[in-house]
Amino acid sequence: MAARSTRVLMSCSSPSLGVQPAAVNGWGAEGQCWELSAWMRKRKDANAALLSNFEVFQLLTDLKQQRKESGKSKQSSGQQNLNTIMYETMKYISKTPCRYQSPETVREFLIAMKGHKLTKAEKLQLLNHRPVTAVEIQLMVEESEERLTEEQIESLLQTVASILPGDPEEQQRDSAMETEGRSSQ
Amino acid sequence: MFVLVEMTDTVRIPPWQFERKLNESIAEELNKKLANKVVYNVGLCICLYDITKLEDSYIFPGDGASHTKVHFRYVVFHPFLDEILVGEIKSCSQDGVHVSIGFFDDIVIPPESLQQPAKFDEAEQVWVWEYETEEGAHDLYMDIGEEIRFRVVDETFVDTSPTGPSSAEASTSNATEEVQKKEAPYTLVVTMCIIPIVSQSQWLILFLK
Repeated sequence: MAARSTRVLMSCSSPSLGVQPAAVNGWGAEGQCWELSAWMRKRKDANAALLSNFEVFQLLTDLKQQRKESGKSKQSSGQQNLNTIMYETMKYISKTPCRYQSPETVREFLIAMKGHKLTKAEKLQLLNHRPVTAVEIQLMVEESEERLTEEQIESLLQTVASILPGDPEEQQRDSAMETEGRSSQ
Repeated sequence: MFVLVEMTDTVRIPPWQFERKLNESIAEELNKKLANKVVYNVGLCICLYDITKLEDSYIFPGDGASHTKVHFRYVVFHPFLDEILVGEIKSCSQDGVHVSIGFFDDIVIPPESLQQPAKFDEAEQVWVWEYETEEGAHDLYMDIGEEIRFRVVDETFVDTSPTGPSSAEASTSNATEEVQKKEAPYTLVVTMCIIPIVSQSQWLILFLK
């Protein structure tokens, strides 16, 4: 990557860091150093964006791949926390419907949802949970009795079921039952 | 469930890591500092999403390490109010049902939020929901390991940073008495999803997934 540019902070102010030294001498600059690390960690935006389970799943899978490729060159002592949280989160997310999703299905889903006038949080919940019954829709969408008619709920369920992939085994079973039903008639 | 939080921090890279790429060292340091930790009023940090800006690195007198101010985005677990989540019942006690989602365990359903009527079975240490239909009363046991859906109602952040030296009376108390009450830094108070009864089978789908 680009060459690292380091500057030895002598007894001068650092305009880019925006800190004025308390005393303009060598030791003053060192005192300034502690000040920096104490308050520099700021939270700029606590809620920059909502992430769907699928995005986190992708991120963690890529990260796991990267770490496997780079080999065990890093010491594992410091990385234990990261390993734990990654493992547990992957375990949880892998049990949700997001493991069958792909960026294209998510995009399709969001485009299809534009017509239904749902808030961002509601669309996110639909994406993460993939509801199959009207009861679940009622839970996730606020005041669904007033905002959505029964046909709208039905069409919402249809959209969700058709665009978001579910468990392939279940779908095979369902389609097998359907064809059996048709053939028996 | 997960949000992206923009943060700024100064990362210290010790001299023996100067041969590595700066981005990698910084990513590793940030993960070491924040992964699996709760940040006050933010949430449980999962992993680094990306680094948005790297400012110049400085070396201060007296310390050979370089200090770099980094602007980055971190994936944080912070469910919003009224979000529906799925979890497993971990244990039951008098103060409610404790639910876990694997990577986060401090989720509690207070007894008031459980389906009424509910009673605590002392013998088996489980909460029981007495569900009445025309046929009769059914008892739905909230057993350990069962998956349930719940709605987030409230969250509490507790600042667990170490306090200063305790007062004189506390320090003269018995050294063997270690009053170390560990408080969870981030707790979620949730409620079971309640909607008007449609039919028994639909209830069962909801709670016992």
